[in-house]
Order: sequence, then C-alpha cells, then structure tokens
Amino acid sequence: MGQHTVTSFDEDLNAIDRLVHDMGDLAADMVVASTRSLVETDAVLAQRVISDDAIMDARQRELDDRAITLIAKRQPVAQDLRAVVGAIRMAADLERIGDLAKNISKRVSAVGEGSAPRSLSHSIDAMAQSVVAQVHEVIAAYEGRDSEKLKLLRAADENIDIQYTRVFRELLTYMMEDPRNITTCTHLLFCAKNLERIGDHVTNIAEDAYYVMTGMQLPLYRPKADETSVAD
Amino acid sequence: MHMPTDKIVPQSDLYSRESTTARTPDENPLPVRVKARDVSVFYGQKQALFDVSIDVPEKSVTAFIGPSGCGKSTFLRCLNRMNDTIEGCRVSGLIALDGSDIYDPSLDPVELRARVGMVFQKPNPFPKSIYENVAYGPRIHGLARSRSDMDAIVESSLQKAGLWSEVKDRLHEAGTGLSGGQQQRLCIARAIAVSPEVILMDEPCSALDPIATARIEELIDELRQNYTIVIVTHSMQQAARVSQRTAFFHLGNLVEEGPTDLIFTSPVEKRTQDYITGRYG
Amino acid sequence: MAHSFTPPSEQALDGSAERLKRIRAGLGKRHARERRFRALGIAAIAAALGFVAILFSMILYQGLPAFTQANLEVDVHFDPAIVKVAARPVRDAQQSSAEYQRALLDWERKVTMVNWNRVLEQSIKAAAPDFEIDTKSALSIVETSERFRLRDMFVADPGLLGQTVKVKMLASANADNWLKGNIDRSLPDTQQQLSPSARMLSDRFMEDGQMRFAFAWHIFTNSDSRSAPASAGLAGAFIGSLYMMLVVIVLAVPIGVMSAVYLEEFAPKNKFTDFIEVNINNLAAVPSIVFGLLGAAVFINYFRLPLSAPLVGGLVLTLMTLPTIIIATRSALRAVPPSLRQAALGIGASKTQTVFHHVLPVTYPGILTATIIGVAQALGETAPLLLIGMNAFVAQIPGSPLEPSSALPVQIYLWQGNENRNFFEARTSAAIIVLLGLMLMLNAIAIFLRARLERRK
Repeated sequence: MGQHTVTSFDEDLNAIDRLVHDMGDLAADMVVASTRSLVETDAVLAQRVISDDAIMDARQRELDDRAITLIAKRQPVAQDLRAVVGAIRMAADLERIGDLAKNISKRVSAVGEGSAPRSLSHSIDAMAQSVVAQVHEVIAAYEGRDSEKLKLLRAADENIDIQYTRVFRELLTYMMEDPRNITTCTHLLFCAKNLERIGDHVTNIAEDAYYVMTGMQLPLYRPKADETSVAD
Repeated sequence: MHMPTDKIVPQSDLYSRESTTARTPDENPLPVRVKARDVSVFYGQKQALFDVSIDVPEKSVTAFIGPSGCGKSTFLRCLNRMNDTIEGCRVSGLIALDGSDIYDPSLDPVELRARVGMVFQKPNPFPKSIYENVAYGPRIHGLARSRSDMDAIVESSLQKAGLWSEVKDRLHEAGTGLSGGQQQRLCIARAIAVSPEVILMDEPCSALDPIATARIEELIDELRQNYTIVIVTHSMQQAARVSQRTAFFHLGNLVEEGPTDLIFTSPVEKRTQDYITGRYG
Repeated sequence: MAHSFTPPSEQALDGSAERLKRIRAGLGKRHARERRFRALGIAAIAAALGFVAILFSMILYQGLPAFTQANLEVDVHFDPAIVKVAARPVRDAQQSSAEYQRALLDWERKVTMVNWNRVLEQSIKAAAPDFEIDTKSALSIVETSERFRLRDMFVADPGLLGQTVKVKMLASANADNWLKGNIDRSLPDTQQQLSPSARMLSDRFMEDGQMRFAFAWHIFTNSDSRSAPASAGLAGAFIGSLYMMLVVIVLAVPIGVMSAVYLEEFAPKNKFTDFIEVNINNLAAVPSIVFGLLGAAVFINYFRLPLSAPLVGGLVLTLMTLPTIIIATRSALRAVPPSLRQAALGIGASKTQTVFHHVLPVTYPGILTATIIGVAQALGETAPLLLIGMNAFVAQIPGSPLEPSSALPVQIYLWQGNENRNFFEARTSAAIIVLLGLMLMLNAIAIFLRARLERRK
C-alpha cells in the first residue's frame, strides 16, 4: 500500500498500529504467564500478570484517544477507516483478554491452597497451550497481513471449544469423585471458562483483522462445539 | 415520446459488457435515466475520455470523483452537450436520455438543456434582479402563460432552492448582491425553474464556506426526491455524504463505479482506494 | 579540517545571523531602487501635467481675449435726406400673392441701394462732433457688416425713418486690435492698419465710454466671414461638426458593434476570419488622410455625393472610427467571464439569446467608452476633411448634412492661415477652446453614462 500524500497521516496510523501490536504482544505474554502461574502455582508470576493488566488498560485508553483524534482530524475512509475502527475493536478484545488472564492469575492462590491433584491441571495445561498458540498466531497473522491464516484461525477456535468441553467433563468427574476437590475444581473450571473466552476474543480479533485487510466480513456462521451450555 | 424498454429493465447490459471498469450494482436498482455507452471525448487530437459506460439512476444522486483533469467534468458536460460550445471538441459513443440519443442531429441542444439543467462551480447569477434570474429560463422557453404564472414559478423555484424566505422581500434587487451560498442556491433555483429532469452540478460547493456547503448539500438531498442529480465534486466527503452512487474517474477512464457506501468503505479497485484515502500520486 | 568544526546548531545560528545581515544589507538597496522608480514616475506625471498646463494656459491666454470685442454705441439717425425710399408696400385686396412679393422685393432692393455708409458716417461723426475726420477713416472704425445691420433694422421696421436710435455696433477688427494693444502703437503710420485720425477717434471713444468691450456672443451665432472679420463666428463649423458626429454615431456604432459581435461570438475561427481580423487591426493604423482620399474617390467621384457636405465627412470619419469601435468592442466581449455565457447556455438559451440578453449588456460601458473615444477622435480630425472639400469657405450655417459646411478643426486650420494674423490668432485659440470644451463635455458624458451603467449591474 502506497504512502499517503500527507505523511503525518501515515505516522498517526502507524502509531495506532504499533499500539495494537504492543497490546497483542502484552496479551500473549499475560496469557502465557497466567497459565504458567496456574499450572505451576507460581504466585509471583501471577502477581506480575495482575500488575501487567494496568499497563494493558493504559495502552487501550491511549489507543482509543489516538484513534478518535485521527478520525476527527483526518476523516479516514476505506482501508484507513477500517484500520482505525478495527484497531479500536481489536484493542477492546485484547484488553478483555488481559482481564481474563488477570482473572486466571487471581485464582492461582485459591487453587494453590487446596491440595489440587497435579493431574487436574494437565488437561487445562493442554488447553492453555492451544489458546496461547491461537493468541500468538492471530497477532502474527495480523502483523503479516495474512488473511487466509485468519480464516483458518477462526476455524481453529472449534478445537478450543472441544478442549473446553473435555476439561469441563473431567473436572466434573473429579468433583464427583471427591467433594474436597470442589473448591479447587470450581476455580479451575472458571479458569478453563476464561481460557475459552480468550479463544472467543481471538476469534473476534481474527474477524476484525480480516475485515481490516479485505474490507469483507467473514460469514456469520461458524462451527460451535462448546456443548457445555446446552449439555446436561 | 416512445418509452424504451431499457428504461424499465435497469442496468440491463452494463454488467455483461467487457470493460476495464469495476462495477458493483445496487441491491435494488432504480430505473435508468441517463445511459452512456463507450463515450469518448477528443479535444482536437487529444483524447480526454476513454470509452466511458455508465447508467445514471433516476431520483438519486450520482457523484463523479477523481483528480483534476481526470475527465469527470468533461463527461458531465457531455450530458447536456455543453461541450458543443468548445471549439474542436468531439464526442463519440452513445448518450441516451430516457432512451433517446441526445447527440442525434435532430435533437436541438437548446431543448436538451431545458431538460438537463446545470449548476456551475462558481455561482454565476446573471447581473440582473433575483426575480429575473429565476424567470429567465421559463421566459425563453415560454413556460409561463401569464405574469401570475411566472410569479408562481419564481416563488416555487425559490422555495425548492430554500431561498424564498431570505429573498422574498427583495426579489427585485440584484442577484449578484447575495452572499456566495445564496447566489449558488439562486443558480439552483434558476436551474429548477425550467423543471429539468436531470440536474448536473459541477463542483457546486467549491467556492463556498462550510455552512453554505452544508445548506447546498441539504438542498441536494431534498431535490433528490424529484430530480435525477449528477454531481462532480473534489470533496470526497461530500460525495460520500450526498450521493447514492459514486463513479471514480482517473486519466480519462472510468475506473470504478458502485454504491457510495461500498466505494467509501471497501472499494474494489486499488486506484480508487489510493485516491479516496489520500494516497494518490 | 577537523579544527574548523563547529557544532551544527551553532553553525546554523551563525548562518541565520549572517543571512539576516545579508538581507538587511540588500534591503537598503532595494528600497532605494523603489524610491527611485517612484520618483521617476512622479516626475513623468509632473512633466506630462506641466506640458498640458502650458498648452492650456497658452491657449487660454491667447484665446480668452477673443471672447470679448470692442463695441461702439452711437445714436443712429435714419436721416430721410439719405434714406430716400417710398413707404413699404402694403398688400391690398386685388393684389395676388406673387404680385405683392414682387413689390416687396422691389422695395427691399431700393432699401439696399440706400447709401447706408453715409448714415453710419454721420452717426459716428455726430458722436464726436468736434473731431475732424475723413469718411474712410470714420467708417474704418466699425465693422463693414454693420451697414447691413442698419439696413436690416430698417427693413424690419420702416417706421425708423427720421428717428434716432441708439445702436451698438461692432468695432472693426483693426480697431479692436488697436484698442486691445495687439498692434505696436509706436509703429509709423505707414505700417499701421488704421489712419492716424481713426486711431485717435477710437481712443477717444474708448475714453468717453462710447466704445466698450463686451462678450462676443456672435462667435457662437455667426458663421465665418471674410469681408467682416470681426463678425466671423464658429456656428457653421460647429453645426457641421455636430452633423458629422451624428452621422458617425448613427453609422459607426451599430455597424462596429455588430461586426465585433459577429466576429467574436459567431464567426468560425479560420484563416479567413484571421485575415479579416488582421485587416481590421491594420485599418486602425491607416493614416487618416488616406481615408480622406478614399472618401473623395468613392463618395464624391463615384457616388456623386455633394462636395463639402457633412454627410460625406461623416462617412469618411465613420470609416476611420469603425476599427476603433470594433477592436474595443471585441476586447470588451472577450473580457466577459465565460461563466456568464455558460449560465445562459446551461439554462437553454440559444447562442443569440446568450449574446444579446447577457453578454452584450455587460459590455455596454466598454462599448460606450470606445464610441466616445472614437467620436472624439473623429471630431478632432482635419486631414481627411480637407480632401473632400470641407475647407471651403462657407458663410452660412448648414441646414442639413447635405449642405456645404465646415468643421471645427477645419475652421481652426482656416483661421490659423488667415492673412489678418493679428486678429485671427486670438480667434484660432478661441476656436480651439470651443473644440476642447466640446471634447471635455463628451468625456464627461461618457464618464457619467459609464458610472450609471456600471451601477445598474
């Protein structure tokens, strides 16, 4: 894509784009750190995630300010308009991802107190790996302007939903086996739900990024495999 | 007058034609008022417009955008044969108003211009009174049977142009004494006084301040109920605001045309995208 | 060069100070140049104004005295001993109209035969009874045309016979010159126009107050005269000029404007119209005397129009004025903004309607100015008129453009060459003043009309 005749327009757009990247990197870090702190019950790491969320919020506010100023000043159209509006929406999703990661980290202490069986967090760990991979990939795809990959990413969310269903059932089984696990398992269940939500936000980001790049909306229909809401 | 079938079957052959123009049809196409096919314009040896084909739907605003010298004004001036007045200008191809060729030798350009009105870039009222400015067109075309007829035409034209309340007490003062925006609305009143079917506007707001511009845009939006409007504008924002369809011209070619909403969010052609986002050149 | 290195910021600072210094240094020179140019401009205008002032004051100085002339007021006694005529015939019932006219003419002829000079001589001598003067000298004081005036007075009122009335008589050109001091009084008698006794009598009348200077209205009412130079006036030439002006306006304006409109708005642009345009421009540069030759050849020799007639003069001047009006009108039309034409065409006006309803009215002030300038130019033209016989001596005021006449500039030319230089030098200047006054009036009208037309827009 060529340069704008007005170079400061490009600078403004680039600044917003950089902020999206930064927030993406930060969100990915937070998700990685929060799952590690959960799996390894690392309270220090968990604390770092909680404090990172403040940075995330500040970034989002900065991005909103810049985006609104740019719209007021430049009245962007077409791809520029899509880029700005897309950035606002992606930033909102990334901020939510940050919140969810913080929420997971907050539960680390609670999970740690109960003597949770190591095996309990194994399936969550696997699910977390998938979510982290999704987060990394959506950021990479956005940076690389790879719209095909974004389409695939959205499809890949199905796997996370399946994994979530599996974790849900597994935790349910543990709780039935031993009622002492209920507290821990409920916390873990919330963590799993948070991870699943992160996956949904990644899907949103992928859809936004796709629209920013191509100007077309992805079809509304998308395979949904989260059966927990309807199951039982 | 015969009623050609292609007025009722809208945009019939446009999308099946082989052309370099990227076209997106409307979801609910309106009947076509003006139909242009393979229109080329030459100024002497120089070709200014290359095989432009487009349909102008009725009772809507079609905007022509593009950088200076892209041929959009040239094309606009073909639609009421204003180019006839330029020495050495030659037009080829077909332009039909309601299905009849406007370049047919049997058609008098004077009659055509009574049916296709025009508003110009610079407000250009006649150096006469406000009343005379509006009454001139109906008078030369013999549209008013009596003095009261003429008064009625003048009043309703000024009403439609949203100028009546401002000038009704000074109809016999000079039209050139009005402000720029009022002058332009007077020119619009003058154009609609002869009840044209199509109104061509050549950058009607380029000499006006933002408030006056907003009033003209509001007026254009109202006039859309009764007239077919084609507007050339340098302001992309204006095209986006007032038009239903937008056509992008570049170097004498019609690059892209489609619904305005689409052109300004996700244009098909890269050249359109570059132009409207300010990456041109 | 490492030792000469200075940090860029300081360098820039030095640079800007240096730049400012250079700009300031140049500034003085630039202002001086501007002042010089302005001074030159003012000097040029002052010089031009000075020349105009010199010209005007010279003309006024020379010409103004001509507007007053010496008049001698004496008692005229219609002495029956000299005026020996029967009573004026009265028409009786049996007489036919022709018979009565014949009788009347016969009577008038007899009145003319009366020795009116003798009446004049007696009147003058009676005004200075103690002064010894011969007949010729006495009569040389008043203008020769005065005896005809006495005759005309008597014809108009035969009851004057035997009466004595006060009559104001025009002094002769020579007496006028003598009294105004235009003639060196120390010159010997042989070089004087008047005899010594006539000169003394004039001076005495002046002292007595019988001879007085009065405004010379007859300059405006009389035609040229050679036998009675003091009574010579401009009326004939003035009317002749007026007729010519009329002919020029009536012919040159419509033809010129129409040609300009056609050439500018309707004519196709091709070799032929280019040729016409070049020729019109050339025509504007043709010396006016050539137009005179053309007029003599075409209008007089071929069309057999009368010689010396203002109509022919007007035709010749029309030819001369046409290019001026065409060129000025075309440039006025070209100056009309295209937006006005587009406005009219865009609403469906035809080409002709566009031009006549909208374009032409805008150019009226320009056309008007061109017309007045053209007419003023024509009014001051002499050379072509000489060739069509308008320098002929014409003693009566022309009643129609077909009657022989003179013209103001030609009159000036004729008076300038008159042998009675002493007297006619002032007359010439007076005529120039009248001509200039006419021009100024025309210009004033042009400015007034232009302002009115422009205000109407």
